[in-house]
Amino acid sequence: MSNSLLPVDGSSIDAMVKPDRAKGTLYTDPALFNEEMSRIFAKTWIWVAHESEIANPGDYKMASVGLEPVIVTRDRKSQIHVLVNRCRHRAATVCEVHKGKTNSFVCPYHGWAYALDGSLRGVPYDESYAGKLERGNLGLKSLRVEQYRGLVFATFNEDAEPLVDFLGPARKWIDLFLKQSADYPLVALGEHKFVFPGNWKIQLENTTDAYHFPLVHKTFLNVTDSETEELFDIMNKGGWVEDLGNGHSVMVMMPELVDLEEDLEAPIPHKFADLAEELRAEGHDETKVRRIVRAVGGTGFNLNLFPNLGCSAAFFRVLQPISVNATEVRHIALGMGGGPAAANQARLRIHEFFQGPMGFGSPDDSEVWDRVQHGAQGGGDLWIMLNRSLENETVGEDGQVRGDVSSELGMRTAYRQWKKLMEA
Amino acid sequence: MAVSTKSDALLELMTFVWLEADRLDHAQYDDWLAMWTPQARYIVPVEPGVTDYEAHLNYAYDDHSMRQKRVERMLSGVSVSASPVARTIRSLSRFRLLSDDGTTAELRCMQHLTEFRRGRERTYSADVEFRIKRTAAELLLDQKVIRLINADHALGAISYIL
Ligand code: FES
Ligand SMILES: [Fe+2]
Repeated sequence: MSNSLLPVDGSSIDAMVKPDRAKGTLYTDPALFNEEMSRIFAKTWIWVAHESEIANPGDYKMASVGLEPVIVTRDRKSQIHVLVNRCRHRAATVCEVHKGKTNSFVCPYHGWAYALDGSLRGVPYDESYAGKLERGNLGLKSLRVEQYRGLVFATFNEDAEPLVDFLGPARKWIDLFLKQSADYPLVALGEHKFVFPGNWKIQLENTTDAYHFPLVHKTFLNVTDSETEELFDIMNKGGWVEDLGNGHSVMVMMPELVDLEEDLEAPIPHKFADLAEELRAEGHDETKVRRIVRAVGGTGFNLNLFPNLGCSAAFFRVLQPISVNATEVRHIALGMGGGPAAANQARLRIHEFFQGPMGFGSPDDSEVWDRVQHGAQGGGDLWIMLNRSLENETVGEDGQVRGDVSSELGMRTAYRQWKKLMEA
Repeated sequence: MAVSTKSDALLELMTFVWLEADRLDHAQYDDWLAMWTPQARYIVPVEPGVTDYEAHLNYAYDDHSMRQKRVERMLSGVSVSASPVARTIRSLSRFRLLSDDGTTAELRCMQHLTEFRRGRERTYSADVEFRIKRTAAELLLDQKVIRLINADHALGAISYIL
C-alpha cells in the first residue's frame, strides 16, 4: 500500500474513478478497502437475509455487514432483528452456528445471556456489580432493519434514507423477480458458498456483465441442451441494461422472460415436458402447470442491488468482502414454498448445473475474476475500461437510461454510487 | 464385535476404489466412466448428514450424462478454469466395509485430495461412501457420495472430479 492515495478526499477518489473508467488500485489498495467498509458497507443498506431463512419465531442465521459479524433473528413476536455478534462484556461472539433456532444467545466466556431482540437478560454472579450494571444499555448492538417483500436489509446508519426510497425503481424488478415462485411463497432452498482471491467489486461488475457470457460460459453452452443454448444466445435477443439509480441496475438477457406471468400460451419447452406431465399427474390444472413450468427456469434478468445483492435468474447472489483481495460469494437457490416437489427438484438440478464451486459456470467466472485481480497488479497507470456502449445509450419506457445487453452501463452506475459514498 | 482381518471382500473392494482414484488422477476418463452402473449417481452434498440427495441442494448430483459432461468440460480446452485442469493426487484410507450381501457392498473410507493449479496448492478432505455392485464379470460403482469436511463452508472453484 505504498502508493495509497488516502486520506480519502474528493480529489483522490476523482483521480481513481471517472464516469467511464477506473484505476486498478480500486482492486488492490488495502487502505481503500478499509475506507469502503466504513464509507459504504457501514453507511448504506446491506442485504442480510431472505425472510424464509428465518421463517419462524426463534429462528436465526449468521451474516455480515461489511466485516462486522451479525446475527439475524426473529423474535417471539415475529419481529426481525439484526444484532452485532459481539458480547457487550468482553467482545466474544455469542453465536458461531450458521443457522438454527434458539430462545437466547448465551456468551460462552462469562455467561451473559441475550434475548432474540438483543436485550441483556442474564449476568452470572452479578453481586460484584453492586446493582450498578446498566443492563438496559448493554444489549447486543442493534442495526436498523427494513424489508421489502421478504428481502431483509440492515444498516448501521440511522440517517440512511428509507429502504423503499433507496430501492426506488429497482422495486418494480424485485416484484418481477418474485414471480418465479408461481404464487407460492418464495423460499431459500440451500446455498453454495465459494471464495475467490479477488476484490469484491470484480464480482459486483460481473453480475451486470453480459459481454462475458458467451465467451466465459462457452463450455456450459457446449454441454447444455440446444433449447437452453438458444435461450442463452443473449447477444441477439434485444436485451438491455438499465440504470435504476443509487447504484442499482438491471441487465435483461432474455426479454421474453421478464414477466413470468405472461406468455402462458407459449409451447412448453421440450426440456420441461416431463415436469409438466408430472405436474398434470399430480392434478394441477393446465394454467397452473404452465405457470409453474415457466417459473422453474427463473427470470431472464439479473437485478443488481448495490452493493451486495444480485437477484439473478433463479437465485440470490450475495457478495461478502473479506479483504482487499478475497471475496466470498453465496449462491442461494430459490424455490416454491410448499410447491410441487418435482418443480423444486428441477430448480435444484438447474442450480447445481451452473452455480457454485462445482457448477459448469461459476468456476469459470471465479477464474476470470482471479485473473483480473492478478492482472491489476500490473500496469498501474492503465485504466479499467467501463465505456462499452456509452455512445449509444437511450432512454427506456420508465425514463431510465438504457444501454444494449452488453453495455457496461450497470458498472458505470455502480461506480457512480461508489464514488458518491466514498466522497460523502 | 469380532473383526476378521482376513476379509478377501475388503481387499477386493479397496483395490477397486483405488483403481477408480488412480484413473481420476491420471485422466483416464473413459475407463472411469465405464466403472459405473447405468443408474449410478456421483454426489457431493452441501449439508452434512443429508441422505435424501434428490430433495436437497448438492454441489454435484451427477447421473451418467452429467458425468460425461463433466469429463467433456475438462477435456474441451475451452473452460478457462479447466485449462489446464488442476493436477490432483488423492489418497484413500481408513476403509470400513459397512455391509456386503454378496451382490451389493457398502464401503466407507476417507479421502485426502491435494490439488495443484496455477502455482496454488489446495487440499480437500472428505468421507467417501461407496455403494458397489458385483456382477458376474466385474465390480461397478452404483453410488459415490463425497462428504467434504467443510462442505457447508466456502470452497474454492473445483473444475475437476473430487
Ligand atoms: S465476554 Fe461475553 S460474558 Fe464475558
Ligand atoms: Fe458469468
